[in-house]
Amino acid sequence: MQTQYRYKFAALFSAAALVVFSLAVLRPRVQAAPPSGGGISGTIKLDGTPPHQKPIDMSKEPSCAAEHKDKPITTEGVVVGASGGLANVVLYISQGLNGSETATVPPEVASITQKGCQYLPHVVVLDAGQHMKVVNSDQTSHNIHPQPTKNPEWNKSQPQGAPAFDVTWANEEVAVPVKCNIHPWMHGYVAVVKGPYAISDDTGSYSLNVPPGAYTITAWQETYGSQTQNVTVSAGKPATANFTFKAK
Amino acid sequence: MNGLRRGRGSVDRDILGTLDRESVMGKAFAVILVVVALLSAVPVVLHTWTQPVDISTHGHLIDDQMADTMIEAGCAFLAAQILLGILVWKFSNRGPDAKITSFPGGARGLVIAAFVFVGTEVLALGILGQKAWAQIYFTAPAANALPIQVQAGQFAFYFRYPGPDGTFGPTYPAKIDEGNQNFFGLDPDHDAASKDDVVAAELAVPVNREVHLFLHAKDVGHSFYVRELRIQQDFVPGLDLSLHFTATRVGRYEIVCTQLCGLGHYNMKAYLEVMAQDDFDKWMKQEVAMQ
Repeated sequence: MQTQYRYKFAALFSAAALVVFSLAVLRPRVQAAPPSGGGISGTIKLDGTPPHQKPIDMSKEPSCAAEHKDKPITTEGVVVGASGGLANVVLYISQGLNGSETATVPPEVASITQKGCQYLPHVVVLDAGQHMKVVNSDQTSHNIHPQPTKNPEWNKSQPQGAPAFDVTWANEEVAVPVKCNIHPWMHGYVAVVKGPYAISDDTGSYSLNVPPGAYTITAWQETYGSQTQNVTVSAGKPATANFTFKAK
Repeated sequence: MNGLRRGRGSVDRDILGTLDRESVMGKAFAVILVVVALLSAVPVVLHTWTQPVDISTHGHLIDDQMADTMIEAGCAFLAAQILLGILVWKFSNRGPDAKITSFPGGARGLVIAAFVFVGTEVLALGILGQKAWAQIYFTAPAANALPIQVQAGQFAFYFRYPGPDGTFGPTYPAKIDEGNQNFFGLDPDHDAASKDDVVAAELAVPVNREVHLFLHAKDVGHSFYVRELRIQQDFVPGLDLSLHFTATRVGRYEIVCTQLCGLGHYNMKAYLEVMAQDDFDKWMKQEVAMQ
């Protein structure tokens, strides 16, 4: 080819390559941006008297017993706030999400902390594939032992002062009970879901971020089990889904 | 010293002997041996390190047996070491061609003598000591002893009191739910006897009242050891074991697990609280409110 045509060819080819490359690289990033508008929120309530929660005696572990001497702690099977709101309820979308939405894993790292010989928070919710760190803040060793049925079972010791370690969960499971092999009274849950999730606070309130669409939302509580509702979210118009669990 | 060295095979063998190196080493060894043996007996004789306080009615039997053993074995030990020292000193300068003197009776005589002497000593300790063991295990508890069930599981002890009805309710291993504080697997909704059972994480007993413990293991082998009570009993999985004692002094004492049971064994303990009867009644009321 003659020199002037070579230069023209190179310029056109570069421009074309640049356009194609940009489209290929930028497209998934545009898709990964969080959806604007829409969401589900609501309140979870308990109808009736909650069952009596038993006080926990930690005299076997004096360093932990000392942390609770002013405020005795109890089991947390049912935690009800002042206005009847049910806390620690896990909310997630069980139907209606498409493939890319269920595959999106948030970059935030969830965490479960062993403090005062308790698991804080009592219920952790995260996505399959999302990272979770396990922390020991106590003056004693712990051995965290989740007991899943759909994920591989494991347990790991953390002596006092040991660094936090990282875990991920491969499969959805609502929920994995967690115990400590050294302190029998310690009890918690890890709920592994796909897609957006939330957990109700002391007042029983929650909110979930979902793109517009028709969904089935599930609420799970450790003593009372699951309930579902069908919700439709329109663009710019958040939906409400309230749940009421009945005390037996 | 080298200048005074005499040749081997010399006939002179008075007690101070030649001053060659082997003789000096032998004598030095004999002296050090006896000194160390005597020094080791000093802390025992002076009671430098004392036993923990004895708070039980049967503890003195065990302490007496311990003292008897120390005296018998200690005397035998010192006698043996001093005899060894004397013999090493006496024969420290024996040459290589010296005649070896036999023990009267020869090797067979020596073995029989050791057998008889050591055997008598051990048998004596056993016969004299069986009273201590029999008092604890071969006597039945009093009819009005306070029954308390003890469950050892990885890695905590839990205690169950039968409540006013005096009966322990049935337990179901499948119903054990430690996260919800059901350590024994009780079903109070369906079993009337379980409704008044009191489960606690510490062993509270009234002072000067006989206590009857029923021990069982939830999973693997453990052991119940309270040194002040002079009680140590293994939990054997599958067995229900019985133990009784009377505590004579108010206080808080450690119950430690003394049978390796897993990675939390180092941390496995509970507390024995010996209280006056009034305090015990108050404690029981508090525990009932917490069930």
